[in-house]
Amino acid sequence: MDWNGRGRTGVQGMKLAVVVYEGPYNHEASDSAYNFVQAALAKGHEIRGIFFYHDGVYNVTKLMEPPQDDRHIANRWSEIGAKGVDIVVCIAAAKRRGIKDEVLVSNVRISGLGQLTMMAIEADRVVTFGD
Amino acid sequence: MSEKKKIMFTVRKPPHGTIYVYEGLEVKLIMAAYDADISVVFMDDGVLALKAGQNTKELGIKGFEATYGALVDYEISQVYADRQSMEERGMTEDDLLVIGEDEDTEEPIRPQVIDSSEIAAMMAEQHNILPF
Repeated sequence: MDWNGRGRTGVQGMKLAVVVYEGPYNHEASDSAYNFVQAALAKGHEIRGIFFYHDGVYNVTKLMEPPQDDRHIANRWSEIGAKGVDIVVCIAAAKRRGIKDEVLVSNVRISGLGQLTMMAIEADRVVTFGD
Repeated sequence: MSEKKKIMFTVRKPPHGTIYVYEGLEVKLIMAAYDADISVVFMDDGVLALKAGQNTKELGIKGFEATYGALVDYEISQVYADRQSMEERGMTEDDLLVIGEDEDTEEPIRPQVIDSSEIAAMMAEQHNILPF
């Protein structure tokens, strides 16, 4: 299959990047992104990276403590990171919002917008989850 | 190496009331420093970000019209506004802010107003599109 005449071959083994704009619980964006990543990995696609921007930086703080019968959004992302997926929190957006390296769950790193740039350049598709 | 990857930003949200457009501008300025072919398209409420003479003092925020004025200096010169979105919001080309000046003539450069069909054609050519 040739998508949009852009010379891409088929949907097997695409390289995807995922960007999340919204914080946890308040918006569905983070849940949708998580489900998308899980489904993409199950289908055999590569996740080139996941980038948290705007309030999205709040998704991976270990300070969150949701009720036990609710999903733990930060831990879920950490589990994705443990699979070897590069998860990046934007440092500029994080500094504005009081998110620092020491409050991040494991398997997540804090870095600059250059990381998003490289994802946009290297991924076949960037998929954005926001409001 | 292959040729530069085409990356388009779309700005569809209103400029004030949320941080999306402001933080989105920060992304554009950073990305322009990389080896990519960057374009920016303002449409829907996003065209309101291009109105000249915005005063954010009463809002208590810094505002970004001055930064938009330096887009060409940042080598972001492919800046477009959707004609239909502007018309729907009562904007004309005279309302548009300046994004830089021509190196030779020193004439002010403004975003280029184009039709939705042209935007669609440009979108089809992009490697990736980032909504900011």
